[in-house]
Amino acid sequence: MSVLFDILGSVGMWEAVLRIATPLILGTLGVLLCERVGVLNLGIEGIMAFGAMIGWLTVYSGGDLWTGMLAAALGGAAFGFLHALLTVPLGLSQHVTGLGITLFASSFAYYVFRLSVPTASSPPTIDPFQPLSVPVLSDIPFLGPVLFNQTAPTYLALAFVVLIAWGLYRTPLGLAVRMAGENPHALDAQGIDPIWLRIGTIMAGSALMGMGGAFLTLSAFNSFFPTMIQGRGWICVALVVFASWRPGRALLGALLFALFDAFQLRLQTVVDGVPYQLFLMMPYVLSIVALIIMARRARVPQALMQPYRRGER
Amino acid sequence: MRFERREHPSRALTLLAPLGAILGALVVAGVLIAIAGANPFRAYALILNGTFGSRLGISETLTRTTPLILTGLAAAVAFRARLWNIGGEGQFYLGAIAVAALGMIPAIAAMPAPIAIALCCIAGAVAGMVLLLVPLGLRLRFGVDEVVTTLLLNFVALLFVSLMIEGAMKDPLAFGWPQSVPVPDNTLLATLIPRTRLHAGLLIAVAMAVVVWFVQARSVFGMRARAAGLNPRAAAFSGVPLGRTLIGVACLSGGLAGLAGAIEVMGVKGYVTTDLSPNYGYSGIVIAMLANLNPLGVIVAALFTAVMFVGADSMSRALSIPSYIADVTVALSLLTMLVAIFLAQYRIRR
Amino acid sequence: MTRVLELSHITKRFGAVTANEDVSLHLDRGEIVALLGENGAGKTTLMSILFGHYTADEGTVSVEGQELPPGRSRAAIRAGVGMVHQHFALAPNLSVLDNVMTGTEPLWRLRSDRAAGRAKLVALSERFGLRVDPDALVSELSVGECQRVEILKALYNDARILILDEPTAVLTAQEAEGLFATLRQMTENGLSLIFISHKLHEVMSASDRVVVLRRGRVVAERRTSDTSREELAELMVGRKVERPARPPATPGRVLLSAVDLSVAGKGGASLHGVSFRLRAGETLGIIGVSGNGQTTLAGLISGLYPPTSGSLSVDGRAVTRYSVPDAIAAGIGRIPEDRNAEGTIGDMTTWENAVLERIWSPDFSARGFVRRAAARKATADILERYDVRGATVDGRIRLLSGGNMQKLILGRVLEAGPDILVAAQPSRGLDEGAIAGVHARLLEARGRGAGVLLISEDLDEVIALSDRIRAIVNGRLSPAIPAERANAQLLGLMMAGDWTAAERIEAETHDAL
Repeated sequence: MSVLFDILGSVGMWEAVLRIATPLILGTLGVLLCERVGVLNLGIEGIMAFGAMIGWLTVYSGGDLWTGMLAAALGGAAFGFLHALLTVPLGLSQHVTGLGITLFASSFAYYVFRLSVPTASSPPTIDPFQPLSVPVLSDIPFLGPVLFNQTAPTYLALAFVVLIAWGLYRTPLGLAVRMAGENPHALDAQGIDPIWLRIGTIMAGSALMGMGGAFLTLSAFNSFFPTMIQGRGWICVALVVFASWRPGRALLGALLFALFDAFQLRLQTVVDGVPYQLFLMMPYVLSIVALIIMARRARVPQALMQPYRRGER
Repeated sequence: MRFERREHPSRALTLLAPLGAILGALVVAGVLIAIAGANPFRAYALILNGTFGSRLGISETLTRTTPLILTGLAAAVAFRARLWNIGGEGQFYLGAIAVAALGMIPAIAAMPAPIAIALCCIAGAVAGMVLLLVPLGLRLRFGVDEVVTTLLLNFVALLFVSLMIEGAMKDPLAFGWPQSVPVPDNTLLATLIPRTRLHAGLLIAVAMAVVVWFVQARSVFGMRARAAGLNPRAAAFSGVPLGRTLIGVACLSGGLAGLAGAIEVMGVKGYVTTDLSPNYGYSGIVIAMLANLNPLGVIVAALFTAVMFVGADSMSRALSIPSYIADVTVALSLLTMLVAIFLAQYRIRR
Repeated sequence: MTRVLELSHITKRFGAVTANEDVSLHLDRGEIVALLGENGAGKTTLMSILFGHYTADEGTVSVEGQELPPGRSRAAIRAGVGMVHQHFALAPNLSVLDNVMTGTEPLWRLRSDRAAGRAKLVALSERFGLRVDPDALVSELSVGECQRVEILKALYNDARILILDEPTAVLTAQEAEGLFATLRQMTENGLSLIFISHKLHEVMSASDRVVVLRRGRVVAERRTSDTSREELAELMVGRKVERPARPPATPGRVLLSAVDLSVAGKGGASLHGVSFRLRAGETLGIIGVSGNGQTTLAGLISGLYPPTSGSLSVDGRAVTRYSVPDAIAAGIGRIPEDRNAEGTIGDMTTWENAVLERIWSPDFSARGFVRRAAARKATADILERYDVRGATVDGRIRLLSGGNMQKLILGRVLEAGPDILVAAQPSRGLDEGAIAGVHARLLEARGRGAGVLLISEDLDEVIALSDRIRAIVNGRLSPAIPAERANAQLLGLMMAGDWTAAERIEAETHDAL
């Protein structure tokens, strides 16, 4: 028992929570935006992989870290545009298109990576983001290092939560986005074209996904390798349901999830006799449990997965 | 600009769609190859030569085709009924590990080969079914979208396999490599061409495609599954038992993916590792779409996919193009196929 | 009189179909114009062009002398045109204020001025007597309240011209009367209105002028005071269509008997202690405003779900298993409320649609496999006997018109020779010719001894076809009155839940039934 308390009391674990949560926060916000405007984006897993790769590659070939982040955002937006093009004006199956985007974006990422770094036995590394101590605040005992000694993209992710929450609930554009996900016909009747709004919002959401991926290579680790996303994208899709499509709860979900992950990582090292695979399974099982709890309670955007065509009901 | 549904989509267009899609994917991939500094035509010639140019090439391609037919069928039957089974990868692995587990029972090794093989096939199929029935149950009971759950279960299944082959089922003679105890010899499938890896699993896979086609086209179950997929409300009004029909579809779909894993173990490797499948499950989704969900078309689409993968291996060595180009092409062909089907069904108007 | 709106020489084609041909129409300030026409006459297309949802192939739209750019709904809104859609364009998960404010502010503003929006909404709703809570979620509102929100949306956009598409389709008679009173008040405030309708009585009572549309063309224009219901009916349909008359009934044994049936929350509503009897050779009409439980009742008898309490017997035997095959096997024929969503599967073939509900019968399957030849033969017979036009046995059913789809459904149901026929909204959305055909088939079934349970929202239809009539209100059934005693006013009271007169009539006539 005391082992558990040791883990829970350690600054290191709590510090890890925000770090583990950051890509999930970005990815979840991305999925949330897409779904709020009425489109499921299962491209996230591949978009994160591509963001991780292109962000890393940009820095590796001489760009600075923020240029890497920007490249990941642009790359994400580009794949988002492709997804939007196929699912919004053409109205193709959002499930299948999203999977296609994931397969395409991830294999394309690996292809470009192998092309740029053909013969490296161990993945080459870059200098990642360093923790940024907020003056004064980071000196607070315990809370200081946990909250105020993170890397810059983590602070950015937290800022995005506030920004998106404000945007969705306090601005005319946000209302239009929500309306597009609830009843695009109503939006069209008010003279706003749901098609373009959906395309734009999906691109913005996908840019966030790309940045979530880039966080892995530019901050959490310092290199890129295939299969590094490990289902994080799918977990984000589950977290959005858990969050009931609200940005604040998305943050909460990502943090809870990361807390659990950080805890089990430390538990692995101190508990003997339990195979490590069981610990690794936990995030996926946990996501499924979260889905079960929330599936019927959440208020799903009414037009989610319904393509909009003028004059068709 | 607007899209108008064609009132009578022509058969020719529908049949041409996959060809157009593959052509489109090859063109885009060709650009990527050219950017990498190689001649795309030479690359494709090398791919064809590496697959159809020799007895070994042909047998390797057909060996690759076998599991792809089965995972492609698994996706096709599920998608027909709008059951989004993206868990083919996990079902494949669970089918494989089930065979390996069965093989550890001494009684199996003592059985006549046909019975042992039949039992192994059943075990693999059942394992795949179980893994799909869980997310289907969650959908029917709690309304949980099966797309995400089947995706997540892929990771769980792979970790489970890893757990087994590093633990209870670990082969003590494998010099510490994580792999399962080999299955007994009497469960190994016969070789079709001597001194190649091509095995009788191909015949099973093709036979399954024909059976699935027949069931889908002619049986009451097939008609109901299609109705449930196209319009669940109208199907229910017409007395289609939605839950039971979907359970049937899930058993068929999960069973086929599980069977793919079982046959891969019995036909190719003889034991299970965590790299048994180079994304066979995910490729199955592409194959199903390329085949327009037609079970017989799955055979052709699986062959195309296998050609890309096998051919890209030898091509990449010759031209130093990353072999990921095969994955890129296959993924692209899914997207181009979606567009091609759309264009076959709609016309563009101003 | 100032001319506020002018549509001139509008033509619109969809592929080979001409939806509007050379249509000209104008509206003066303070006027109420009714646009009358059957389903498919091109009314909604015309209004969609006016509102910029479609672009006309030829012709122009001008508002107060200014020509509107085609295909731009924003321009129409700015010019003061507001549209109230038949299917409400509302988001149930959002509040009334959210629904009203969507798209009314510049999109890129960093902060939405909700206080100002709320003040404007409250002021409008007080001025026009359209009471509604700005913070309520739309999903919590009644149908009538939803319509108020739709009208408020248009007024919030400073609309001076209001287009209402079939505004009374979902309202009770009382609500409809209230609506027209409100509309009249609006014209006194300087608004001008067009309402689309196919109901003659409301056109006659609520409009100043009537424009009749048939097959995409304007066939007549009349001052309402200079015309009559009969003339308009003939203009709308283009010929005299006689709906078949109902011969006297010869009720036989009790075929369907419901005792205290309750259902919780299926088909969008609930039933509370519903009891009724249906005899052979008679038609029991159930009238009611949409959403009062008629869908639930039809679904229950169709075998879609069991009741939570109460009992149902068919031909004297209590029903123990509620399933579609059991219902069909017990001799219940079912005509669903929604042909497209429930009655047919658009992407399946005609023959599959014709036999799917009886696929379990040995006629159409053996050992789990479909007897395709038999199924296709049976379908070919239905197509011929029921005069289903435009269908082939192997074609996809999506392409059929509503009337022909309904003929196919009638065919597949009646060919099985059911003792009981549950017909839910059998003529909804059909044109006059098709309605007459459907009515003839229903009377024919009654004539050969079937009991017909007719569930409808159409007063004329219920009065014309039924021997006895009950109203359904909030999941409860009113007493039954004989059709001879029914009139629009009495049925209106019954649908509103005032059953005193109905109880008296039921008591008087009880012996006769």
